[in-house]
Amino acid sequence: MKKYNGFLLCGGILTAAMLLFILLGCFWTPYDTTAMDPNAMEQSPSWQHLMGTDKFGRDILSRVMEGAASSLFIALCVVAIGCFFGLIIGALCGYYGGIADAILTRVCDSITAFPSFLLALVIISVAGPGTYNIIFALGILFIPSFARIVRTEYVTCRDLNYIQSARLMGAGDLRIMVAHILPNTLTVLLSALTIGFNNAILSEASMSFLGLGVQPPTPSLGYMLNESRSSINSTPWYMLFVGATIVLLVLGFSLLGEGLQRQAQED
Amino acid sequence: MKYLAKKLAALVATLLVVSLLAFLAFQVIPGDPTTKILGTEATDEAVEALRQELGLNENVFVRYFRWLGNFLTGDFGMNYSRHMPVSQLLGDGLVVTFALTVLSFLITVLVAIPLGILGGSARSQLLDGAFAVVDQAVMSIPPFFMATLLTWVFGILLGLFQPGRYTSYADSIPGFVACLIMPALSIAIPRIAMTVKMLRSAIREEMERDYVRTARSRGNNRRAILARHVLKNAMVTTVTFLAVSAAEIMTGSIIIEQVFGLPGVGQLLLEGISNREFLTVQAIVVILAAWVVVVNFLADILHQLLDPRVRYE
Repeated sequence: MKKYNGFLLCGGILTAAMLLFILLGCFWTPYDTTAMDPNAMEQSPSWQHLMGTDKFGRDILSRVMEGAASSLFIALCVVAIGCFFGLIIGALCGYYGGIADAILTRVCDSITAFPSFLLALVIISVAGPGTYNIIFALGILFIPSFARIVRTEYVTCRDLNYIQSARLMGAGDLRIMVAHILPNTLTVLLSALTIGFNNAILSEASMSFLGLGVQPPTPSLGYMLNESRSSINSTPWYMLFVGATIVLLVLGFSLLGEGLQRQAQED
Repeated sequence: MKYLAKKLAALVATLLVVSLLAFLAFQVIPGDPTTKILGTEATDEAVEALRQELGLNENVFVRYFRWLGNFLTGDFGMNYSRHMPVSQLLGDGLVVTFALTVLSFLITVLVAIPLGILGGSARSQLLDGAFAVVDQAVMSIPPFFMATLLTWVFGILLGLFQPGRYTSYADSIPGFVACLIMPALSIAIPRIAMTVKMLRSAIREEMERDYVRTARSRGNNRRAILARHVLKNAMVTTVTFLAVSAAEIMTGSIIIEQVFGLPGVGQLLLEGISNREFLTVQAIVVILAAWVVVVNFLADILHQLLDPRVRYE
């Protein structure tokens, strides 16, 4: 039991710390993120600039805080879209079954067989890059995986005794779906959310890294990592801090997800 | 045999659907492709003539089948920014991307399977915990960051290779493979962690089955049960997982090519997207998608060999 909680605990602490860091960045950053200081170019980390400065003398910590916030915002939107529509589609398909269910399940299976990056690329090349397009593209692509998970839960639950009792007592379909089955999906949904969240962070970072996602001047971790590569000789800490932020963000959520999964197995 | 035929038919059908969807996706783009070629000040006659030539006046399905016919004979259309046929542009790029994919996949399989078995059969709590922690940490490193790190550590700090240098396979095969090692490792390392994690839990789950207990109670030793029964069963899940990996590695290599400056299809793809060269993008997307479909097909066949029960489902 102790070992299982270790994942949950570490993941929780790390995630909470990262979220606090990002939340702080929304209201306050040590320096102006775009202010260039000719007297402080390419400085290594110091007490004045905890993460050093880039080749224009901009404070890297401030930029990382702002970049992480926009990456987090995109990931949250993507997961929210995927989870919301996935929940509706999965619940309806799983509860009612029938031909529509068979077709939608087939379509979802086919979509999840393809790497989401490839599909996002198609949507972005048609719609063009940009923050909202990337949210739209990834959001759509995240629907099938949530729909599949939710559907499985609804299929297993819909004929259980307590559901039939509820039906006999006159509960309507909507009430059964929302009040009686939905709470049962929460455990599975929660760990799917952490995995989805990580995928969203990584997909957005990859797209922005290639210049297909968030467009400058809006900061984003993926774009900043790409930018930092050009000055890897003179300011390697830029690349290290930006990369470490992505890794810590993802690691926190994946530990949390692993912990939740183990907890669920244990119960 | 019947199973194989059925799967082959499904493969062809899937490829057709995928190519149709990819084709349709690029039909909804606003704007007239003739404007791109002729500019905005072309006369109506010239535009009409080009529309005829490109077959834009016909219905979508006629155009799809003609495009498909050309595609299958290796005619992918023109890239107007580079004034070159797409097929000619893609040839070299595909070799690079494909070689990178295969190399990363081989590294992943060769490292992950022994490690996964080791991790899965480990009985000490400490070793198990260590595996779990290292796995999670390595999995969280995105390949493009891993690539940047490897370039910095091995290329710049240690000077073991020259970042950005590329030797074509036409010049020297060993030199070509040498350039691909770092890119392949960047893709493979996070993949290895994922595969190890998956394999470990597959073995662990299998070890708790009743048949293992029965075999144990009959006096078989743990190692023999693992080698003879458990691994075979755990491999079924692994094969499916590796098929997904092979698909993800291919798309991952597009990103990694950018970091190492390899002239694979990734470069053409990004250039195509920014120059709105949709025939190029479309061709690459269809080829990548076909790769995904074919890999899944092979995985199904392998799955069936490992577990004949699936044939009767």
